Amino acid sequence: MNAALVLHAVELMLGERRLIGPLDLSVAPGEIVTLMGPSGCGKSSLLGYLCGTLDPAIRGAGRVMLGVDDISILAPERRRVGILFQDDLLFPHLSVAENLAFGLPAAIHGRAARRARVEAALSEADLEGFADRDPATLSGGQRARIALLRTLLAAPRALLLDEPFSKLDASLRDRIRHFVFEHARLNDLPCLLVTHDPADAQAAGGRVFEAGTSE
Amino acid sequence: MAAPLQRLIPRKTMLRHAPSLTLGLFLIPIGAGLIGTWLPAFGYLPALGGAGLDLESWRRLLTHPSLPAALRLTLTSGILASVLSLALVIAFVSGCHGTRLYHRLHRILAPVLAVPHVAIAIGLAFLIAPSGWLARLISPWATGWTTPPDVATVNDPYGLALTLGLVVKEVPYLLLMTMAALGQVQAARRMAVARSLGYGPVVGWLKTVLPAVYGLIRLPIYAVIAYSLSVVDMAMVLAPATPPPLAVLILRWFNDPDLSLRFQAAAGAVLQLLAVILVIAVWNLLERAVMRLGRRWIVGGRRGGGGGAAAMAAGGAMSLLFAAAGLSVAVLGIWSLAGRWRYPGAFPVDMSFATWGRHLPGLSWAASTTLIAGAVAAALALALALACLENEQRNALRTTNRALWLLYAPLLVPQVAFLFGFQVIAVRAGIDGTWMTLIWSHVLFVLPYVFLSLAEPYRSLDERYARAARCLGASPNRVFWRVKAPMLLRPIAIAFAMGFAVSVAQYLPTLFAGGGRFVTLTTEAVALSGGGGRRVAGVFAFAQAALPLLVFALALGVPAWIHRHRQALRSAP
Repeated sequence: MNAALVLHAVELMLGERRLIGPLDLSVAPGEIVTLMGPSGCGKSSLLGYLCGTLDPAIRGAGRVMLGVDDISILAPERRRVGILFQDDLLFPHLSVAENLAFGLPAAIHGRAARRARVEAALSEADLEGFADRDPATLSGGQRARIALLRTLLAAPRALLLDEPFSKLDASLRDRIRHFVFEHARLNDLPCLLVTHDPADAQAAGGRVFEAGTSE
Repeated sequence: MAAPLQRLIPRKTMLRHAPSLTLGLFLIPIGAGLIGTWLPAFGYLPALGGAGLDLESWRRLLTHPSLPAALRLTLTSGILASVLSLALVIAFVSGCHGTRLYHRLHRILAPVLAVPHVAIAIGLAFLIAPSGWLARLISPWATGWTTPPDVATVNDPYGLALTLGLVVKEVPYLLLMTMAALGQVQAARRMAVARSLGYGPVVGWLKTVLPAVYGLIRLPIYAVIAYSLSVVDMAMVLAPATPPPLAVLILRWFNDPDLSLRFQAAAGAVLQLLAVILVIAVWNLLERAVMRLGRRWIVGGRRGGGGGAAAMAAGGAMSLLFAAAGLSVAVLGIWSLAGRWRYPGAFPVDMSFATWGRHLPGLSWAASTTLIAGAVAAALALALALACLENEQRNALRTTNRALWLLYAPLLVPQVAFLFGFQVIAVRAGIDGTWMTLIWSHVLFVLPYVFLSLAEPYRSLDERYARAARCLGASPNRVFWRVKAPMLLRPIAIAFAMGFAVSVAQYLPTLFAGGGRFVTLTTEAVALSGGGGRRVAGVFAFAQAALPLLVFALALGVPAWIHRHRQALRSAP
C-alpha cells in the first residue's frame, strides 16, 4: 500500500556546474535502487534534495513524488522520508529509548504506549535490555541497528541510504547490510541507496545507476 | 527553476528579526549616548542652561591644570598595559604551547576571567601595598621592616600599580581569545610543517602561526587598548588621585555638585574617545610596519633554537600573573575574616565572621541587586545570542567582518564617552534609574561576550544531527529545543556564567544608567576601597569575586550532573 518514489527531471547545480541530472527515476515500494558514483559527485546532495535538507549553496530543481504527492514543496519534517547517514547520529544527550521515542510520531499517545513501541522495536532487533543505555557505550553494529530502528519508527514512506555501511568494520558490514535491506523490504519502502562500494550494490540486488560521470 | 527554498523554511518572524533587534539594542544607546555627550561638549544642554554652540567647555577643559598630567597618565598606563599584555601572551603561547602548564592554565582561564576587575584591583592593592600581604609575608625576617616602608607601591604617580592591575586582568582575556583562535588556524598542522623544515618550536610558532592568529585577535587587542585607556573602576583603586587618569577626572566632573562642570566633563569624554581612536590608529599603522618587517624575517631562513630559556621565562611570568590573581582573591577573603592583624604578622591574630555579620543587611541588599541584574542581563543576552545564531543557521547566513566590528562596538567605545549622554537621554525619556535601563546598559557589555563564547561551539555542532532530526519529523523549533540546546547545554551554561560575570563587574553603567539608585557589590566595593577600612572592603570585594565564581561552578557542575550518564557529552570540550 506504499507508494513509489518518483523523481522527475531532478537536477543539481553548483553555480554553473551540473552535479546531477536531469534524472528521471521511479523506485517501487520494496525495491532498492543503487546510485553509484565517486565521492564528491553530488550523490549525497541528491539525497539532501530529496529529504529537503540540501545545502543552500547548491540549487536543486525537479519534482519529487511519493505516489501522487509532490513532496519537493514540503518542509523536511513533513516529507516523511527517512534517511541513514554514514554516521549513526544517535543523539548523545538521549538514552537509546529516548532516541527511538524521538523518532516515534506524536500520534502514538501515552508514556506507556510509546515505551511499549520502543521496547517492541528493540526486541525485534535482538536488542532487549538496551533501552536505558547511553548510546556512547554501544558497539558500532548496535548503534547502526538502533539508527535504522529510529528511522523506521518515524513511519517513513521512503528510505534513503547515504553510504550507511562505509564506516562499519568489514566483519559487521554484511550483517548490517542484510539487516537494513531486510527491514526496507519488510516495510515495503521504496529505497534509494547511494554508495561508491560495488559490494553494497551487489548486496542490494536491485537496479544500479551510475551518477555524475564526474568531470 | 531553483527549488522554492523559501517555502521549505517556515517563516519565523520573531527569529528573523533577532539580528536587527540585537544590533538596535546595541547601536541605539551607543549612538544616542555619543550624540548626547557631544552636544554638551559644544555647549548645548538646555536642561543646564546651555543653549548655544560654543567652544567654552573645550577652552575650560584644555586649560585645566590637571589635564596634561591626567592625559599623560592615561596614555602611559594604557599603552604600557596593552603592550605588556600582548607581549606576555605571545611569549607564553609561542614558548609553552603543548606543555602541561599551558593546559593547566587553559583549564582555569574561565574562572580567572570571571573575577571582576574591581576585586582584582582591591586584592592587588592589599597584596602589594607597603603594608600589604606580600610585605607581611617576608617581614620582618627578610626585610627588617617593623613598620610599613614609605614607598608608594599603590597609587604611585607613574600609574605602575594600575598598569599591573590591567595586565593581570587583560592577559587572561587575550590568552583565551588566542587559544580559541589557534583551533581556527590549524596551528598544530602549521607547526608540524615548520618543525619538519627544521624550525625551532618558538621561532616556528612566531613565523607560521602568529601571522594567522594575529588577524583573529586583532579586535580583542583593540578592545584591550580601549579598555586600558579608559578604565575607571580599577583606576579609582590603583591609580594616583591627584591627578587621576583622564577617565576618572571626567567622572569626577560629571559627579561634581557644580553642574556647570558637566560641560567640560562632556568635552573630556570626547577627548577620551579621540585618545582611544588615535592610539588604535597608531597601533594599526605599527601593525602594518611590523608585518612588513616580519615578512622579511619570516623568509630569512633563521630556524631558531629550542627556545627553552624564553619558554621558561614566559611560563614563569605567566604563572606569577595567575598567582597574583589567585592571591588577590585570597587576601580579600583573609581581610574579610581578620580580627586583629598587627604589622608585620603574616596572618591575622584572630579570624571570625564578625565583619560579615555586621554588614549582612547591606551586603545582602547589594548582593541581591547584583544577582538580579546579572541573571536577567545574562539571560537576555543569551536569548538574543541564541536567536541570532539559530537564525544564522536556519537561513545559512555568514557573519560578516562588519557585523563582528559592530558586535565589538560596546567594547571599543570607551564607556565614559557615551554613558553620560545615555543618561541624559534616559532622563529625557523618563526611564533613568529604572531596572530596565540598568539591565539594558549591562546587556550592552554582556552580549558581546556571551555571543563570542557561544558562537564557536554553536557553529561547530555537527549540523547533521539537526538534519537527522528534521528527517525524523521534527520541526526546526523542536530541533532547537530537543537536540541543539541539550547538546550544547555546557557551552550555553558557560556563556551564561560569562555574561553574569561581566554584568557583576559593571561599574560605570550601574552608576550612570542606574541613576545612582542601584547599589551593587561593585559600586560598594569601589566606594569602600577609598577608605572604608580593609575588613569591610574585603567583605564586599570578596563577595563580588565569589558570586561569579559560584555561578561558574554551577555552569560547569549542572550540565555535568545532567549528562552524568552520557559519555559522549561529558568528554566534549
